[in-house]
This record gives sequence, structure tokens and C-alpha cells, in this order.
Amino acid sequence: MRTLELLTGGAAVAQAMRQIDPDVVPVYPITPQTPIIQRFASYVANGVAHTELVDVESEHSAMSAAIGASLAGARTMTATSSQGLALMAEVVYIAASMRAPVVMALGNRALSGPINIHCDHSDSMLIRDSGVVQLFAENAQEAYDLTLIAPRLAEHPEVLLPVLVCLDGFTITHSAEPVALLPDGAVSEFVGEYEVPYAMLDLRNPSTHGPFAMPDYYYELRRAQTAAQEAVLGVFPALAGEFAVLSGRDYGLVEAYRLDDAERAIVALGSTAGTVKDVVDDLRDEGEPVGLLKIVAFRPFPALEAAAALEGVARVAVLDRADSPGGCPPLHAEVAAALYGSGAALEGHVYGLGGRDLHPGEIREVFAGAAPAYIGLRGEPWPV
Amino acid sequence: MAELRLKDWRELAPGGAVVPAEAPRPYTGGWRTGLKPSVAIEGCVNCLLCWLHCPDSAIRLDGTVFAGFDYDFCKGCEICAAVCPVGVIEMVAEETELSENGARQ
Repeated sequence: MRTLELLTGGAAVAQAMRQIDPDVVPVYPITPQTPIIQRFASYVANGVAHTELVDVESEHSAMSAAIGASLAGARTMTATSSQGLALMAEVVYIAASMRAPVVMALGNRALSGPINIHCDHSDSMLIRDSGVVQLFAENAQEAYDLTLIAPRLAEHPEVLLPVLVCLDGFTITHSAEPVALLPDGAVSEFVGEYEVPYAMLDLRNPSTHGPFAMPDYYYELRRAQTAAQEAVLGVFPALAGEFAVLSGRDYGLVEAYRLDDAERAIVALGSTAGTVKDVVDDLRDEGEPVGLLKIVAFRPFPALEAAAALEGVARVAVLDRADSPGGCPPLHAEVAAALYGSGAALEGHVYGLGGRDLHPGEIREVFAGAAPAYIGLRGEPWPV
Repeated sequence: MAELRLKDWRELAPGGAVVPAEAPRPYTGGWRTGLKPSVAIEGCVNCLLCWLHCPDSAIRLDGTVFAGFDYDFCKGCEICAAVCPVGVIEMVAEETELSENGARQ
């Protein structure tokens, strides 16, 4: 029998971490990630998780310690948000380039400034090109499930990259929902033993990590890192299939929601997808041919899967919860590249910066082609 | 010494990790400047200070017993001669004939 518990997204991720029982968790608290690590620390203190919890002095140190632990041969997880990720960013690039399979929960929160604690995706987008995998959850259940899949994905021999499970700050991290948990034993069996090709503490097989790469090797190592991202496009669906057998819950790189005969579609990341689904259901009841494309994997971006799901959709609106001042917002840019030459009419909207709510009425306006470029912004008079 | 061939990107270990079997062993002793160490080996007291101080791991050991110099890696820095507490290590001209382990004949 499956267990349903009323959990916030943060608590669900902490439960997933307890069941994975990582060897090392170096972490520094930051809102809205704190409930994850607070609850996980209590599991360690109470002896129900057997993890070396390292209280470090900053997020820069958290990821530095995580790289060392992970390459030494320990399954390693951490968590952060916003400014913590910004401080960690230098080391996030190094984790990816050293191919350290660290799993990290990211409670998405707006970057300063002005300082803010609420959700948008500017922190994720800050490290868009760092080489880490980024999976976006729609709700607490998905945050739990993706956290369970993440170690297998990170540690897969063709991947060996950090994997971030992104959950919208407060909207998911702090909102309680019924979450179906797997039995502890099923999770242990699913995640299996940690194994990396050149563990530093394997003293019989010494190895050197993080070598200096001059112009004769830097380019090759970067290309290999890109190939590891590309491999995720094949590995994630295979692991998700295995997870579906275990849990009955199926994940893809994207989720096509009522897109089959849709003429208009919205593309979105994270918890917004849940709100859009409700609006799609209402509009479908009213006879409107609308649908949603939810992007689960933002890095690697599944361009072919997105284009295939949107085939035949005449009008596509992309909702970005991050702006790119002076340029095209990140999700819009990805979808534009994926749909190039398809003939679909494409429009982009920014919404929800710094935790501004996105209302169902505004989503209806997007489907009606009447929404402004900056949704929900005071003083925004112009439709796109 | 392994031939230095640049690998293509598919041949590299993840993250560029280096393992001994794949690492080239270049003959860095070729950079040595002028003098090389020699030893009056019968006076050696096996304190291994030379081994501890050598920046190039060019002091050879037989277990824990001093066993001379590895001239493939020695750069002639003279630190071994400077730290030897019994003064049996002496720097000599490159062309001086020594035993294979650097003992003065």
C-alpha cells in the first residue's frame, strides 16, 4: 500500500534525502531552502539518516566540500537558493567540469537586487551555462520523485554531472500537499550503491583530479562536458521508465498536456504549469483548443521533444519567470530555437518576478492573445 | 617514456582525471643545470631528510633505506646536499662518472 503524507515540498525533498541516505551533505542554510536542510539535519541527529552532515561557512564552501566528497567516493547532496547559488556559482562550474555527480535541491528564489526572498527563476538562469543538469518540479510530489531519480542520473557513467532539482520557493518549498512516498527499501534498491570511475580514496588506483588544462586540452574537456549533457536526453527517459514501474508516476523531459489537437499552447517551467493546467481544463470545457507544454528538463534543453510536442500548434506563448535585460528571456530563446522554421507564431512573456502571483485570468489573457509582454506589471499597457 | 599524443575529446577520462597508466613520464632530468648530486654512500645515516626535502621525488629508496638518486628527474637544485646532516652528499660536475645510484667511486 502506498503511503500518502501531507508534506511541504521542502519536507518531501528531505524525506527523499533520508531515503537516499547520502554519505555526505555539506550545506549552508538559506531561505527558502532552509526547511529542506533543517528537516534533514533532524533525521541525521535522530539517527534515521546516516550522513556526515557538514556545517560549512558559506555556499561556496558547501559546493567545494561536495566536490571533494563526491570525487573521493561518497554519494553527496546539498541544497541552496538564490544568493547562496550566486555565491556558489564559481564552484558550480567546477563541479560540472570535474564531473562530480552531486545532487542539489534548489529552492528557486529571485536574485538580489532589490533583495527579495520569493520565487522566480533568475537563480537557475544565472548558472544556465555552468554544465549542471536542471530538472524543474511542478509540485511537492514531483520534487520528491525527481530527487529520487537525480542520483541515478547524476551518477550514470555517460552523465557524471551535478543534477539540480529545482522547486519554486514558497510555492512548492513551503506549501503542504499530499505526497505519495515510496517504501524506504524500494528507494535504497532503486538508487543502489554509489560508484564513480576514479574515486580519489581508492588508494590502490591513484588518480589526479582537476588538472590544469591549457589551450591544448581545455576545448576537448568542455566538449566532453557538453556530450555528458546530451547523454541526459537518453538516460533520463530510461531512468524515468524504471521509476514509473516502481511508483506508477511517469516523467518525461517535457510533459505535453492536452496538446494533441491544440491550436494555442503555453510553454512554462515549474509550479506555474499546475496553474496553467487548471486554466487549460476550463478553456477546454468551453471548447477552446488550448494546451500546455511543461518543460521538466531545462538543462539539457529537450529541443526535439519540445518541437515534436508543439507540432501543428499555430500559436505558442512562452512564459519566462526570469528576464534577460537587453536580450531574449531564457526559456523564450530556447523555444524559439527549437521551433525555428516550424511556422508557429511565437510570443514571449515575462511574469512573476520576485514572487509576483500569476492569476488564472492572466493565463486566459495569454491564450486570448491579449496579454502584455510583462504580465502582472503595473504600468504595462501594451499587448505583445 | 610514453609518446606525447594529444587525445581527442572522446578519449578523455571524465573531468580530465589522470591515472598513472595514462600519464606520460617525461625526462625532466634533462633540465638539470650543471651540477648533479653524488653521495659517499658508506657515510649515509638513513635519516631520509634528502628524500623528505627533494621537490622532484628524485631520491630513490629501497624500502626505507636511502638508495641514491634518480637522475631522470633530478634538476640539480642542491637541496639534498644542503640538508644532509652528515655532509655525504656533494654536488659534482655533470660529466663526473658515478655509480648508477650516484655513489662516488
